[in-house]
Amino acid sequence: MLVLAGVAVIALGFLLRFNPLLVIVVAAAVTGLAAGLDPLAVLAKFGHAFNQSRYVTAIYMVLPVIGLLERAGLQQRARALVGGLRGLTVGRLLAGYLLFRQLSAALGLNAVAGPAQTVRPLVAPMAEAAAARQGEADGEPIRALAAATDNIGLFFGEDIFIAIGSILLMRGVLEGYGVHVEPFQLSVWAIPTALAALLVHGARLWWLDRRLKRRAR
Amino acid sequence: MIGLNLVYAVAGLFFAACALLGAADRRWANALFHALLALSFFAGDAIGDLGNGVLVLALVATATSGRMRRGEPETASEPRGPLLALALVIPAAALGGTLLFKRLPTLIDSQQATLVALTLGVLVALALGHWRLRAPPLAGVRAGRRLLDEIGWAAIMPQLLASLGAVFALAGVGDVVGGLVGGAIPAESVLGAAIAYGLGMALFTIVMGNAFAAFPVMAAAVGMPLLVRHYGGDPAAVAAIGMLAGFCGTLLTPMAANFNIVPAALLELRDRYGVIRAQAATALPLLLFNVLLLWWVIR
Repeated sequence: MLVLAGVAVIALGFLLRFNPLLVIVVAAAVTGLAAGLDPLAVLAKFGHAFNQSRYVTAIYMVLPVIGLLERAGLQQRARALVGGLRGLTVGRLLAGYLLFRQLSAALGLNAVAGPAQTVRPLVAPMAEAAAARQGEADGEPIRALAAATDNIGLFFGEDIFIAIGSILLMRGVLEGYGVHVEPFQLSVWAIPTALAALLVHGARLWWLDRRLKRRAR
Repeated sequence: MIGLNLVYAVAGLFFAACALLGAADRRWANALFHALLALSFFAGDAIGDLGNGVLVLALVATATSGRMRRGEPETASEPRGPLLALALVIPAAALGGTLLFKRLPTLIDSQQATLVALTLGVLVALALGHWRLRAPPLAGVRAGRRLLDEIGWAAIMPQLLASLGAVFALAGVGDVVGGLVGGAIPAESVLGAAIAYGLGMALFTIVMGNAFAAFPVMAAAVGMPLLVRHYGGDPAAVAAIGMLAGFCGTLLTPMAANFNIVPAALLELRDRYGVIRAQAATALPLLLFNVLLLWWVIR
């Protein structure tokens, strides 16, 4: 039970809005000590895992390209693209992006889109421009919704692809219990939830369009 | 063989350039932060586990010193050049490269095909961009440094959380949580077991920030012994739907920093939890859907 002290540190630290990095390091130290581990061993384990997961941070190398194109006016160009499409609403735009993200993730193409690659330079400014035309002056919730749509499309599309990490993990765990399943059997069961995600989030986007339309009147 | 070595070399070069540019602009804390990151990418395998641990502490100390500054705002010029086409170079390279490199397993590590393709896409897009936009040589790196400073310390949060997960695993946090959830299920209720498993996946994912860490724990505590063995549920359905219930938890937690916190910084949201707020109204109904689907599949 004592090892849950680290979880409590995380919950409290985030709730009280301490710097998250500090909270994480303290939680790791508390957990290690509560489990009776040597402090240096905990530090070594933490360092080892940090080194092993560098690929998470490597994605920032796209920033020079995004920055270069934004400096040359990419966001304005994306907004102008929306201006040329009269019937395009923020709800329709994001619903289309949701479908694109789900389908591409279902084909295993996770890195094709993402917050740095597509949302900041393209999707968010386009969504903001469309919403502004519908009378929404505050861009912040629209940008947040664009990022949310990207995540939802990814999460509820990727498990349909048979070679994704989570499918391999599930297969491995079940194998440990002597249960053999084919990746295909697992990916089929991701389809109902993928459809539900499309419906639920699509309904929210449709609702957003309706709300903006009503408010404009 | 080309694999993560190329990816890390390019990322390391970017961080090193950020450090030099930051030092030139007298943004010392930012420069130190980026220099430490560059060190991690260039020499992480050479400095040992304890060395990496000290490196992390130095990164966190720099980040929490309060001396790191935000990126300075920059006004974009009037749009010129084939910007949208250039913006699609990286996604197109990631797509084409992944498909191509999987066929070249002797030359390119097929496990890392997408990351290698993405890296090459970045290099190609950067070269094409400078050429077509007639930008000065360092314009891209300078603009990238500004964006990286906009993200600030949140940049290393996903990697730190992954490391925390490793410490949690070492200390056996999962077994304790699994035991707690397993003990909380009402006897002889399929719905109760489905709720405990689905909610357990979501809650444990919220704590860990990662459904991958939650799955083996909840499979051991509820999924295999109760849903599969006792109630005869299809193991493939139990596993797949459980994982997706966990993904609903991922949408709700700041612990999944790369999905929820970094984008908020990247989109310059005032509210650090803005993306999570935008996701909640989709995640909660979906969690309910997954629990009901589980119950329907097993019953």
